[in-house]
Amino acid sequence: MPPAPAKPGPAREEQIILFRISGQHFAVSSASVQEVRSVDSMSGLTAEITAPGLRKVRHVVQRGDRSLFIVNGAAHFGLAPSPGALIFVLRKTRTALLVDGIEKMTSMTRLQALPLSFCHEERRWYRGLTALDQTVVPVVQPEGFLSADELALLDAAMPPPPERVAENGGQNAVENDVEGMESAT
Amino acid sequence: MRVSAELEPQSFVLLRLGERRFAVAANQIAELVAPSRVFRFPHRTEKIEGVILRRGRIVPVCDVAETLVGKRLHTRRFYLIAVRRYGKQAEWVALPVTGECELINAEMSGTSASDAPHVAGWLSHDGDVIEVLNIDALTPGPDEIRAEAVTMGTREARP
Repeated sequence: MPPAPAKPGPAREEQIILFRISGQHFAVSSASVQEVRSVDSMSGLTAEITAPGLRKVRHVVQRGDRSLFIVNGAAHFGLAPSPGALIFVLRKTRTALLVDGIEKMTSMTRLQALPLSFCHEERRWYRGLTALDQTVVPVVQPEGFLSADELALLDAAMPPPPERVAENGGQNAVENDVEGMESAT
Repeated sequence: MRVSAELEPQSFVLLRLGERRFAVAANQIAELVAPSRVFRFPHRTEKIEGVILRRGRIVPVCDVAETLVGKRLHTRRFYLIAVRRYGKQAEWVALPVTGECELINAEMSGTSASDAPHVAGWLSHDGDVIEVLNIDALTPGPDEIRAEAVTMGTREARP
């Protein structure tokens, strides 16, 4: 008698944040987001930076001993310009992502690999696609916002140390960690 | 013997794009579906319009009209879901078509050196000579990047 086919295990859920940039929805794994901060809370903590040919990064913020480059999500994805209201500090990267707002926090049970027909930069941008409430949302790859070459350009364009603005420890900042936000929503 | 084997009738799906008809080998077609919502998100692959959801699968929509008839066609009657091979892997790709599709049996003749890469062969039907499409060459994939890299390399190598 042939063995019975293995029963599929329970679908693994992954917590995600559904967010907006220029009217377009994206998702990011909650585990990849270290902090969510309002743009206002970061004012005064950032320094301007200009790297030739890299318009998506205009500001850098010093966090302890590492510099985080603030990537304008609209410019990165080639969307209509948008001022941005929130900043996602992405874990294990040097990227802070400027977005318009959070739609909701939810979970996905299936991440489909980006179809192979998509064969350009988007393969670096996205971990894959997920279907949520009868719509399809791309799930961003935190490491995909800045390539090694772009980081090298930005490092070379860093303002000299005395001009860097050190963070004040978040005293005046409206700092929200993701778990805190989740319980509040 | 070999010639007669090549000329054995095969099944093809005839599709319409504007005024022109094209054929795809029937064994490369998964299904024909009514147009549904196309989900769009930022990307850089020109021919890809977005994706549709079909039976829980996310299927890219590839507009081939510009390549085949020289202009974008905004009306669409169906999506012909074809199987696109990437080496050993195969994935669905949805091709928008503007008219009815038809299943026929016909003999395919081979290509000549002057044919475009997306031409897999030719067949004669109802007094028309119809291009049989090579889906793998017509729709984008990793080969496109390699071809671009080679072109870029050639350009850079020029004095």
